[in-house]
Amino acid sequence: MFDRLFEKDVAISGIGQSEVGRPSGLSAMQLTLDAALEAIADAGLSRDDIDGVACWPGDNNNGDAFSPVGPNALISTLGLKVNWFGGGYEGPGPLAGVINGAMAIASGLCKHVLVFRTITEASRRLTDKTASALTNKTIGRDSSFFWQWYTPFNVLSGINLMAMYAQRHFHEYGTRPEQLAQIAMTCRANAALNPKAVYRTPMSLDDYMGSRMISTPLRMLDCDVHCDASTAIVLSRIDAARGGPNPPIRLEAIGAALHQPWSWDQIDLTAMVTGEVARMMWSRTDLKPSDLGSAQLYDGFSILTMIWLEALGLCPLGEGGRFIEGGHNIARDGVIPINTNGGQLSGGRTHGLGYVHEACTQLWGRAGERQLKAHRASVVAAGGGPLGGSVLLVRE
Amino acid sequence: MARKLPALNPDNSAFWQGGAEGTLNMHHCQGCQRYFHPPAPICPRCLSQDVGPRPVSGRGKVLSYTINHQRWNADVEVPYVVAIIELADQPGLRLVSNIVGMPVDEVRIDMPVRVTFSQVEDVWLPFFEREA
Repeated sequence: MFDRLFEKDVAISGIGQSEVGRPSGLSAMQLTLDAALEAIADAGLSRDDIDGVACWPGDNNNGDAFSPVGPNALISTLGLKVNWFGGGYEGPGPLAGVINGAMAIASGLCKHVLVFRTITEASRRLTDKTASALTNKTIGRDSSFFWQWYTPFNVLSGINLMAMYAQRHFHEYGTRPEQLAQIAMTCRANAALNPKAVYRTPMSLDDYMGSRMISTPLRMLDCDVHCDASTAIVLSRIDAARGGPNPPIRLEAIGAALHQPWSWDQIDLTAMVTGEVARMMWSRTDLKPSDLGSAQLYDGFSILTMIWLEALGLCPLGEGGRFIEGGHNIARDGVIPINTNGGQLSGGRTHGLGYVHEACTQLWGRAGERQLKAHRASVVAAGGGPLGGSVLLVRE
Repeated sequence: MARKLPALNPDNSAFWQGGAEGTLNMHHCQGCQRYFHPPAPICPRCLSQDVGPRPVSGRGKVLSYTINHQRWNADVEVPYVVAIIELADQPGLRLVSNIVGMPVDEVRIDMPVRVTFSQVEDVWLPFFEREA
């Protein structure tokens, strides 16, 4: 199908992350700089080595708390001289910056691309409790391509759409709330070992079942927690990465497919686009799900993590509920440890790039108290609805 | 309940205003004789541009739903039900709407429903109620 697998020419050479505040007292740009400078130094590079910048979703020319800093702002502030840069919402989900940056390197435009993601939704909540939860930010009559089909029916938060995927999964496969609870509980247990995580106190099944219903069957503890944070990674051409201080973490395979409409209701209601994303990724590698040492899977809402487990072949399709029941299979010492920094559910909604940061932290053996047994391969997958992307990472 | 309304245009107005005549209109393709949603100037299946709104039965079933309990703003009354409806006119012909006129906790997947309209300004919102 493909005659050239571009991502094999690219590796992660360094990572960085700001404090994760709820809220942070630092400005969005300060958070971004803390992450970016740490990542550049970690890669053994200097400012002048960076010749590309990528971000998802960029600042969309409005600086909303969902993404207050885009490539343009960071390039100017850091005095970068780049040959390529790009952001923007239209892409295969929160990992689009990684995938785009890798394409820029593989196509010969850049040697070292800084990829970052900044979010300040915790600060935003100080002035408006629900602003960061709302999907539709247009003013007046709605002319957006897809929200206009939902907002008039008071679909005011993405959770209403995710909840319908969950309800359908429960209906088709017999999935139960006590099973889904294990995603939130596992993330909380992992967060206890991560000093930067937002919520670290233990969560029981009773805590979960007793948490407020937001949109059936999803409860408050099925939703990730807003934070102020920035995460950055440096992507390098593989030959350049090999000269750096860290063993290169290669982009073994990427998944970025969208074979269905860009829509939240005209798609597979129990898999969304995860199926085609995962199929594309596995078609570009000889590795198999059993080769993975960890999976860092999007948990903006818990149901999405379970759906990614199925799509990636970590359990059979429709068996997600039974697979996670009791939590043993997805625990730190289980079949496939997930979201080992607490995910977004307890660690904080760093939104996409946080999973890449954690995967690299584990692959490089830097995770301290929460370090898993040594492994070489990890998968990161992010998105929900029509947004979906995945990256298979392998440490050399 | 104040609702955010769609901006009307030549592609979507038949859907949003069909309720004025009591009909639910969905876009239909003459090329492949199939409905599609949301409406657009071209059929995403066969790329025929011979497309346009056509009245449908307004009957269908609940594919999935959620009872929303969170009061996202001061204007919304909770709880309310958001649902994905599959219309009886064609397998896979779906739209998002609200289920109204019944206790929220009695809504079920596969429950038969029919359209009922609610006018707000120049928009007739197609809601669905349980089929008697």
